Amino acid sequence: MNKIENNKAWFLVLPVFILVAFSAIIPLMTVVNYSVQDIFDPSTRYFVGTEWFVQVMHDAELQAALLRQFVFSLTILSIEIPLGIGVALLMPTKGKAASLGLILVAIPLLIPWNVVGTIWQIYGRADIGLFGAALNAIGIEYNYASNPTHAWLTVVLMDVWHWTPLVALLCYSGLRAIPEMYYQAARIDKASRWAVFRYIQLPKLTNVLIIGVLLRFMDSFMIYTEPFVLTGGGPGNTTTFLSQSLVKQAIGQFDLGPAAAFSLVYFLIILLVCWLFYTIIMNMQNDKRG
Amino acid sequence: MSLSLKNITRIVDGETWLSDINLTLEPGSFNVLLGRTRAGKTSLMRIMAGLDRPTSGQLFMNGVDVTGVPVRERNISMVYQQFINYPNLTVYENIASPLRLAKLSESVIRQRVQETAELLHIEPYLQRLPLQLSGGQQQRTAMARALVKESQIILFDEPLVNLDYKLREELRTELRSLFKERNCIAVYATTEPNEALALSGNTAVLHEGKLLQMGPTEQVYHKPLDIITAEMFSEPPINIVHGRVSDTEVTFDETVHFQLNSDLRHLTPGDYKFGVRASHVGLVPHADDDLELPVKVELAEISGSETFLHVKNPHFDLVLHLSGVHEYSVDKDIKIYFPTHKLYAFDTQGQLVHAPHRVGG
Repeated sequence: MNKIENNKAWFLVLPVFILVAFSAIIPLMTVVNYSVQDIFDPSTRYFVGTEWFVQVMHDAELQAALLRQFVFSLTILSIEIPLGIGVALLMPTKGKAASLGLILVAIPLLIPWNVVGTIWQIYGRADIGLFGAALNAIGIEYNYASNPTHAWLTVVLMDVWHWTPLVALLCYSGLRAIPEMYYQAARIDKASRWAVFRYIQLPKLTNVLIIGVLLRFMDSFMIYTEPFVLTGGGPGNTTTFLSQSLVKQAIGQFDLGPAAAFSLVYFLIILLVCWLFYTIIMNMQNDKRG
Repeated sequence: MSLSLKNITRIVDGETWLSDINLTLEPGSFNVLLGRTRAGKTSLMRIMAGLDRPTSGQLFMNGVDVTGVPVRERNISMVYQQFINYPNLTVYENIASPLRLAKLSESVIRQRVQETAELLHIEPYLQRLPLQLSGGQQQRTAMARALVKESQIILFDEPLVNLDYKLREELRTELRSLFKERNCIAVYATTEPNEALALSGNTAVLHEGKLLQMGPTEQVYHKPLDIITAEMFSEPPINIVHGRVSDTEVTFDETVHFQLNSDLRHLTPGDYKFGVRASHVGLVPHADDDLELPVKVELAEISGSETFLHVKNPHFDLVLHLSGVHEYSVDKDIKIYFPTHKLYAFDTQGQLVHAPHRVGG
């Protein structure tokens, strides 16, 4: 057989190459470029090497934001995942009730992020908000604008309200995919409700839960809009998360160099966590399949 | 420990799934439920298990009415078409699970799991997870789980459908011998007549929610009481030809005539449907009075090392079941021999009025 050799194939790869270049490589390289220079104005710039990175890593404010970010993500994960499973288990499975349940659960997901922030900002206000005023009326001095703990609780509550439905819907679909036979077999075995959950439902939900945890971690780690609208990061810096710090630095103070360095660190953290999740998932599946 | 069903009817959303079923299953018996898909096999099993309640009718175990007793309070096992095991428990733990729920001691559990695993040839895989096994081994695990608890009733709902041909034959043979020494009631649902014949025991034929016939498998096969049972309990289905009986002769579709022979003499003149098994029609005559018919080949369907030859003449289609692999070109003219002594005759309602005599009964 004669092998025809020419370079036509490169033309076929070209569109993808251009797309990837413009959507990922060029923007990322711009950031890399900023992160190693001190820029005064477009014509006055100096190469500073890793200086910004060193500065960013030692910045106490950013370290605090990073810690806050991890605490926030882990908090909402530990609430939303079990709660989502619980809601999914309680959702009706047949007839009109099932459709109604799905619609009700999905409603928070349909609301734009800044609207969610606005809703909770008003809802939680101590003077006119239903939630805030009600709490104050029963003697709890609740005020998210001045009390850091209340601000935190409100941000967490808002995220739980907004995103638990996603976990619930994922689990609901996972539960529906379990053949009826498994439940029958369990009944014949005289297995308890807990055993059914522990040995049938939970193992069968593993895959959707992994996706749920991954999505919720990534999303919560990048949270910006809702706390920005609700508290503006306050009181003080108590609800300032990573992306808010970044925006303050890059746009508020126009410190492009440190902001770029910070963006890269942020990006690497997310990449690292993604890789961790991916590795864990793959190992778990290898364990299962041998 | 016998199980009897009295006038069991189940109606779901106005649709009759089971209609007036009466059935008694004896301890130590192997019972096959034969019927097409949606004939009511699974519905009937679910009622036997106590997973569903009949709309009307009663279920007795040893004469005690257990109609409303839920499945948790009965001692039954069930094996499904899908391989149902606990996904994150090892094969050992899967088999042990019913025993653990029964709160038996660890040493008893170990012994029983070991015995059952040996019986089903899965003892090398006890420490693996179900997904690390082949389909056949997964189904063996499910069967071990059903057998280990020594229930009074074991229900098999088409357990071999999802396995390949070889495995199916292997497991089927083992299954039959597994039950030889047991004193429980085994119920086995299948759509395949060959499977019912291979498993022997008793066969109950279900069709559209009705129990057509129940008896020892060979007897149901040789003496199907009606035309639907006859058609369902043969593979390929029995050939049915319309015919008329007069005082002296039988006429098939106005064209083929033959003398009334001693077998058929007792039939009163009138219209009948005649059945002849595909394996009884031959390419060479077996008896002097075999009827020679010129036909055209329509299709030669090869199944394993056997050939199903579909032929037709202007009035009717026939299928021949030949052993060996044969090739025939389409539209080829051949002669076939129709055995006039091996005919089943059904009246216009489809009830059996004559079955061929068999040597030795």
